[in-house]
Amino acid sequence: MTDAPKKPIIQIQNVTKRFGRVAAVDNVSLDILAGEFFVLLGPSGCGKTTLLRMIAGFELPTEGTILIDGQDMAGIPPNKRPVNMVFQSYAVFPHMSVADNVAYGLKIAGVKGGEVRDRVAEALDLVKLGGFEDRMPDQMSGGQRQRVALARSLIMRPKVLLLDEPLSALDAKLRAQMQFELAELQDQVGITFVTVTHDQDEALSMASRIAVINKGEVSQLAGPSDLYEYPANRFVADFVGSVNIFEGKLTLDEPDRAAVDCPGLGKVYLNHGVTGPHGADVWVALRPEKIYLHVPGEGKAVRAAAQDAPDGHNFARGCIKGMSYLGDITLYDILLESGARLRVSRPNLSRHDQEDFTWDDKVSMHWRADSPVVLLG
Amino acid sequence: MALFARTPLAPLEYSRTLWMRAWVGLVMLFLYAPLIVLMIFSFNDSKRNVVWRGFTTKYYEKALGNDVLVEALVNSLTIAALATIASLILGAVAAVMLWRFRFPLKGAVDGTISLPIIVPEICMGVAFLIFFAKWLEWPTDLIWPFNLGAIIIAHITFCFPFVTMVVRSRLASFNREQEEAAKDLGAGEWGVFRDVLIPHMKPALVAGALLSFTLSLDDFVITYFTSGPDTITFPVKVYSMVRFSVTPEVNAASTLLILLTIVLTAVALKLQGVKAIAETH
Repeated sequence: MTDAPKKPIIQIQNVTKRFGRVAAVDNVSLDILAGEFFVLLGPSGCGKTTLLRMIAGFELPTEGTILIDGQDMAGIPPNKRPVNMVFQSYAVFPHMSVADNVAYGLKIAGVKGGEVRDRVAEALDLVKLGGFEDRMPDQMSGGQRQRVALARSLIMRPKVLLLDEPLSALDAKLRAQMQFELAELQDQVGITFVTVTHDQDEALSMASRIAVINKGEVSQLAGPSDLYEYPANRFVADFVGSVNIFEGKLTLDEPDRAAVDCPGLGKVYLNHGVTGPHGADVWVALRPEKIYLHVPGEGKAVRAAAQDAPDGHNFARGCIKGMSYLGDITLYDILLESGARLRVSRPNLSRHDQEDFTWDDKVSMHWRADSPVVLLG
Repeated sequence: MALFARTPLAPLEYSRTLWMRAWVGLVMLFLYAPLIVLMIFSFNDSKRNVVWRGFTTKYYEKALGNDVLVEALVNSLTIAALATIASLILGAVAAVMLWRFRFPLKGAVDGTISLPIIVPEICMGVAFLIFFAKWLEWPTDLIWPFNLGAIIIAHITFCFPFVTMVVRSRLASFNREQEEAAKDLGAGEWGVFRDVLIPHMKPALVAGALLSFTLSLDDFVITYFTSGPDTITFPVKVYSMVRFSVTPEVNAASTLLILLTIVLTAVALKLQGVKAIAETH
């Protein structure tokens, strides 16, 4: 990624879409930059697909403006917009061969035979379907049909490629592979990709920037690691990744340190300020993988080495009430002395790490002072 | 003996049980025995055609040499072909309209469109008689093929609702994302219709055409009331011949018609693939 300022290719300005009295998209403004892999992430029914369909022209905004490459899209039908879409069902034409499917847009645009053939071959190579020209869609797997849909859109050399839940119909292995391939493909062709998904793993692994949508509004717009490590609110913290959230009161807030007193988790210390009013009700979010787990007493040395909080802070005791072994990591459900529950994950660095703790073991936990996130909303 | 299976029956494998096979055999017998008897007796060397008196093909020569019968057959085929083409266009357009658009009185249109299927044929026949003869005063002395006009119009009336029904049920399985994909790639409304919607409807159009053609070809009641004094169609001619006696000539002509229908059906199935047609029903 270059750091040169990029110009926005899509500008969404105060866009609202109402279906009857329900606002599916509620006063959304955001810029999508040229050449980026942009992801609209949110739970089903949050309005992300409606937003995508408004960019494509299949829905018209009730209010607001959408500009593509500086041009107002009001009154411009889908077949005249410089964007192409890969549909959730792929919508490959079943009565046409792969080559005819891919060539469809070019033929309508009036491109001549020789060039069509060359560009079809090029597009199929791009999606690794070289040699499949004469296949019929019903002779192909779902993953292959998706590649046909991709080639069919990419051949049009759109300014923006829109993808509606591109990986939702694939099995887990294929999905992981396609995540990489899509990112690679985007890098290769340099076209702006805008993807809609409800899957946070998908969003984190592919996106250069993610807009988290909740109830028709943008909850947060950030890069993947910022979104994960610095969620702006409880919805984002909870929706992206898994998280422990505790209510508390802000007891100390200075430029270089802060403390929150949580009835559930104990005293939480942070090595940075949070700019909230003293005594305010806040929430503390703590990711399961950022918590160290050790046998009480034995962990003292470990704690001393890693501890960067005053005594009695960032520390909890509890008892393991549940665990699930996932191979690479083990998840623990821990009942704290306060009666609250805490989810902790632990990487299985050696083959026998999962044997260290088991049900009903008494454990101690601590976390670093830069791990918790204080959320005001 | 395949009938008494050695390998044990799977739970839903009824097609291998004896009683199911016997039942299917009986159904087939009831369906096709009359037709087969008719075909066999077209080769019977007997004028009265009650008992078998030996093999001959002379009644085929006689049937094909019967100018009125041949004229009736040509008339019937012409009517069926023209009525099918018109029904196909009308029926498909009506189906797309009902599927695609919302308009005032849609429910009423939807209901009345299939009325010709429900109304007893005899009523339709009488209605057409009054409509053409008394109300329109349709001329009966036009030259061929215009003398068939009234019959063709009447046939279209009861054929196109069938096309509409078949095409509509096919359209119900259409994935709207395909339409959007075509638009997204630059197609206009007509392009979507030509490149996506018509190919999707094709099996239903073939099935609808087959239905229309056969319905028109063997229609007796409505045709009888609609045809003028000088126009004759195949079923009407056969009826008038049978009034005197069922000669092997009638059998021969019917056999030719059955063969024609079988060939047409086979061609249609071949064109479309059996699977695609079966899907629409």
